[in-house]
Amino acid sequence: MDGNYILYKLILASVILLISLVVAMYSTLLERKVAGFFQDRLGPNRAGIGGIFQPLADGLKLFFKEEFMPGTADKFLYILGPSLTMMIALLTSAVIPWGNSFIINGTEYTLQVADINVGVLYVFAILSIGVYGIMIGGWASNNKYALIGAVRAASQMISYELAMSMSIIAIVMMSGTLSLKDIVDQQHGMNWNVWYQPLGFLIFIVCAFAECNRSPFDLPECETELIGGYHTEYSSMKLGFYLFAEYINMFISSAMIATLFFGGYNFPFMDSLNLSHNALTIIGSLVFFVKIAFFVFFFMWVRWTLPRFRYDQLMRLGWKSLLPLAIINILITGFVIMIKNHL
Amino acid sequence: MIFSRYLFFILSFIAIYAALKVLISKKPMHSVLYLTLAFFAIGGHYILLNAQFLAVVHIIVYAGAIMVLFIYTVMLLNLNIQGEFPKSKLMKFASAIAGGMWLMVLIAVFRTYDLKMVADPALNQIGLVKNLGKVLFDEYYLPFELSSILFLAAMVGAVMLGKKDIY
Repeated sequence: MDGNYILYKLILASVILLISLVVAMYSTLLERKVAGFFQDRLGPNRAGIGGIFQPLADGLKLFFKEEFMPGTADKFLYILGPSLTMMIALLTSAVIPWGNSFIINGTEYTLQVADINVGVLYVFAILSIGVYGIMIGGWASNNKYALIGAVRAASQMISYELAMSMSIIAIVMMSGTLSLKDIVDQQHGMNWNVWYQPLGFLIFIVCAFAECNRSPFDLPECETELIGGYHTEYSSMKLGFYLFAEYINMFISSAMIATLFFGGYNFPFMDSLNLSHNALTIIGSLVFFVKIAFFVFFFMWVRWTLPRFRYDQLMRLGWKSLLPLAIINILITGFVIMIKNHL
Repeated sequence: MIFSRYLFFILSFIAIYAALKVLISKKPMHSVLYLTLAFFAIGGHYILLNAQFLAVVHIIVYAGAIMVLFIYTVMLLNLNIQGEFPKSKLMKFASAIAGGMWLMVLIAVFRTYDLKMVADPALNQIGLVKNLGKVLFDEYYLPFELSSILFLAAMVGAVMLGKKDIY
């Protein structure tokens, strides 16, 4: 491990962090614009041209709002909650391959912070600890609505985590590796996993909605029943962190969907373009971001189209439909692999 | 190598501090969260031993599933009562004597024990997922399957206990 390598990884990590934050920031504007589009109105258009400075204005507003902490709150945990949520939301970006590699002066620089050989499991681990921030925040507020929101969030995330992991296991069985980079490399050109795993993709995307606490599964923060859910007592930038983490989660989930099912940085006809390796990498990364942008839009599209589920419907869907379907998907995948090996 | 030694000491400090705080904390919620922190520190130790698979599974199972259920229970039971849990004099005496005897045993064991590294963890590849899978599904196939049946039995038992009034 030489100094150059560490410096490169540090720069890469900072750039990815910055991109995640900026994308999440502008997702808030996009969300409101999309909502406007679906409801036949304009959306925010006062700050800057077409509302381009709206996220900055919102951020400033959140920063300068008065901090409020309930007198009965657990002070330390109250602050820890939003911080943890933000931190865990950003952790997954470390293993996602954001592009192929640049070859400069014979040295290869991969556009991935850490290509660990248990990448998929790392994603599972981050998923499973993602619930801590919400639970701690909801409990520490010492408010019954926040507590109910936190309990709902916890049980929802635990339930959907299972089906989600199982839908990824089918992919792991197919590609025979746990490294996200290898999974992406196997989907060269148009050979995307979604053609082989349509059911897995469907399960994964439904679970992604539930894991991000996005509508139609946004029961933890269901306004009509719980005021604001787990962040009822939060104000100023702490509330901002919770809301912001949701958009980062959405961005990262979209990136995961694109990585696992839609070929990551691969795009059709990439071999017939006759471009150099570095140029292909740049185009590949751009294509990857286009895919992510589509799925971010898809998240918003669903949010402004479908009504919210009821809580028992949510649990029934998770345990009685998605989980058995995911298990069947694994069995079918295993069966097909077995037949393939015997032919 | 020096760097990983520092990491070892930092992780050990966190693990021991968190484990102590589990016992000392007055609020049950804090105890549970410190226990989670201890699990994370131990996960870090697994990575230092080049057992990445074990580290990640440790985080998924302990920090991600078991501790979440612990917090869930603490939250629902509203155990947020600050203060002493009443213990009788006899209990305190008994636990002090038992703890002291355990310390004696530990000292007796480690007095002559020569602490040395079995193998260089950087060269030891058994913790990587491919090697572990091969060992698990070749050499230890039967115990592996038996333990899965044990888990299934535990799950069915939990459902039976939970749904006692229905059947």
